[in-house]
Amino acid sequence: MTTATSGRERLDLWQLRPAVLPPELDQVRAKVRAFVAQEVSSGRITTRCDQWLGGWDEAFSRRLGQHGWLGMTFPAAYGGAAAGALARFVVTEELLAAGAPVAAHWIADRQSGPGLLRFGTEEQKRAYLPRIARGECFFAAGMSEPDTGSDLASVRTRGTRVAGGWRISGTKVWASGAHRAHAMIALVRTEARTADRHAGLTQVLIDLPDPDVHIRPILLLSGEHHFNEVVFDDVFLPDDRVLGAPGAGWQQVTSELAMERSGPERVLSTFPLLSALVDRLASAGSEASAPRLGALVARLWTLRQMSLAVAGRLEAGAAPAVEAALVKDLGTRYEGVVIEAARELGGAVPDLGSADPVALLLAESILHSPGFTLRGGTNEILRGVVAKELGVR
Amino acid sequence: MNDVHDTLTAVVREVCAKLSGAEIRARADDGGWNAPLWAALEELGMTTIAVPEEAGGSGGTISDAVAVLQVLGEHAAAIPFAESCLLGGWLLARCGEPVPRGPLTATVAGDGLHVVRHGDKVGVRGSIRRVPWARQAEHLLVVHGAGVVLLKAGEFEVLPRTNLAGEPRDDVLVDRSLRADRDLGRGLTEASSVLDEFQQRAALSRAALLAGAARRALALAVDYAGEREQFGRPIARFQAVQQHLAAMAGEVLAMRIAVDAAAVAVGEGPDVLAVAAAKTTTSGSAGVVASLAHQVHGALGYTAEHPLHRTTTRLWAWRDEGGSEHAWAAALGRRALGAGPGGLWALVTATEAGR
Ligand SMILES: Cc1cc2nc3c(=O)[nH]c(=O)nc-3n(C[C@H](O)[C@H](O)[C@H](O)COP(=O)(O)OP(=O)(O)OC[C@H]3O[C@@H](n4cnc5c(N)ncnc54)[C@H](O)[C@@H]3O)c2cc1C
Repeated sequence: MTTATSGRERLDLWQLRPAVLPPELDQVRAKVRAFVAQEVSSGRITTRCDQWLGGWDEAFSRRLGQHGWLGMTFPAAYGGAAAGALARFVVTEELLAAGAPVAAHWIADRQSGPGLLRFGTEEQKRAYLPRIARGECFFAAGMSEPDTGSDLASVRTRGTRVAGGWRISGTKVWASGAHRAHAMIALVRTEARTADRHAGLTQVLIDLPDPDVHIRPILLLSGEHHFNEVVFDDVFLPDDRVLGAPGAGWQQVTSELAMERSGPERVLSTFPLLSALVDRLASAGSEASAPRLGALVARLWTLRQMSLAVAGRLEAGAAPAVEAALVKDLGTRYEGVVIEAARELGGAVPDLGSADPVALLLAESILHSPGFTLRGGTNEILRGVVAKELGVR
Repeated sequence: MNDVHDTLTAVVREVCAKLSGAEIRARADDGGWNAPLWAALEELGMTTIAVPEEAGGSGGTISDAVAVLQVLGEHAAAIPFAESCLLGGWLLARCGEPVPRGPLTATVAGDGLHVVRHGDKVGVRGSIRRVPWARQAEHLLVVHGAGVVLLKAGEFEVLPRTNLAGEPRDDVLVDRSLRADRDLGRGLTEASSVLDEFQQRAALSRAALLAGAARRALALAVDYAGEREQFGRPIARFQAVQQHLAAMAGEVLAMRIAVDAAAVAVGEGPDVLAVAAAKTTTSGSAGVVASLAHQVHGALGYTAEHPLHRTTTRLWAWRDEGGSEHAWAAALGRRALGAGPGGLWALVTATEAGR
């Protein structure tokens, strides 16, 4: 008889457990919540959807840095608070739920900083981490290329060995915020391809702007300038610009992707819309909408518990890549479900020019929605990661 | 906490594996139950988990009971476990009464039951619909408007009925005048909060069973996809099938985390938000998991012969028991609507509103 006591029983997936937030984080949460409320009421920021993508506000990032809410997981020696993944979870989910503009520091705080901390040299860590924690140094991620999307190991940007360093040539695309970032971590091929397609890749650090790096906007369908084409025109990088070990790029970028995929931003991109929708329906006394809203709240509650559980694994020092992929698949589909519910119940026509928050947030969410299930790895690829864990791929 | 759960679930898993042979199962189908499994778990002290030791229980937490329930759900175990420890045993302990051996069941009286006190007697008359495992239970606890009454087997008549999975969900008829000490409600000051808490525990119990059953459905589907060949290869090689299995795994893990998180929350005291969210999630995902499991199994899974139906009929039955996803979602939605401007986030995070 087939039973669940087979080898699958021991899958990491089933080891995921709810994380219980320690009570001292209640104070952290209360502080962030009060701070954001103050920022909103003073008009310094406004609540919008998908602000970890679209809300670039350097001054706001610096204010977060002053409160110690960036680079929180870095050791104190590098400007951090040596706080755990759960503390960072609480801070980020509060910012996201409030629809605060966090895009400027997002990549640096989420993945570049932790990557530097893990793989960087002492000198690299000292050069970047304290500035990241102060909200003064923003990063771009250079993985995708014109012919490299889901199949990341196929990157063609080349790093060629020369005396004292490397020469980099090639083109990256969809590089979020590269036009304003201070640096990029790029994945390049430094050895010819062999049967092991994951071998011979290297991560390099490139300070921006650079005269030999040509950055051109690629506008989103909404007209926003978010991501870029980045051309490396025979850029010279001294040896100390390699991150980690030459040739170890695949393993490093995999760890970077785990950070990139694991957070609450993969659930909450449309939360401000949901919140505005509930407020609208409550003030209209719409009892009839309760079952539909309740279903949305239940799913959100569960997804948040899952996301928190992933943070709990990070806190424990694990690398929950499969769990993160699974939660991201569910979470990003949920972000779209919120849009459909708002269309159904909100009684508003999506309109970027509207003063009605539901109409505005709905418009923004719809126009940003294609990205939800693509960025950071498409949902089909994520389900492939899960299928592999189940042993069927 | 994890170590305790792992040990507990390993023991229950082993007992279930031993006592779920074809013959035992056949007797348990269609209104029967798995008496050997009950006896083995009772012997191990498992059937009174989460009932305080002072009341004669084994102690432990709601999370412990919920961990065991998930294993039982996985094995389609036909025993009144939740009814005995999380519902009946808990009610008895709440009333300051010792917990007897043998299977218990517990339910909420509907409009059809009348409980009246006259001096040293209590009259219990009328009917209660769909009582789980009434025909097997040695004691039946009924939560009614003013408290809780205790009935013993033989004091009520059972009209056998079953749920979609063939588990007993009997109608019960009572016409008795009993000694007043059967009216346990006297010890309870706040009967209405008992009713709320009972309903939360009933929902959480079914949510846990659902999470377990869903996991079994996934395991069966993964195994089958690896074995069944079409077009000259296992169907697991087809990406469309892989994506079904991964989608199932997503729902299964969501159900599990929802249930475990709700159990932690309820361990601190009644928590309608957590229970409503967990039952809405598990009931909602149950249908998705059942239909994907059947899709992957093709026609074979649609037969009486193949074991898949033991799991999917339970997913279909349990999603409506203890409140469907629609009922709990409505309750949750009303809370969201009442949370005040900008209050949704505080509701979801169970924290103080600050915006
Ligand atoms: C808003 C946004 C910001 C981004 N920012 C960055 C950034 O800062 N840095 C960066 O490097 N990249 C960035 N990206 C790129 C992102 O990582 C890629 O879009 C993503 O990896 C998918 O690659 P692709 O777009 O080339 O799609 P493709 O890989 O071409 O996929 C197209 C379709 O085919 C499907 N598909 C492909 N392969 C398979 C397969 N094996 N099985 C099943 N289906 C498959 C995909 O799921 C998808 O539906 C960003 C993307 C977006 C949308």
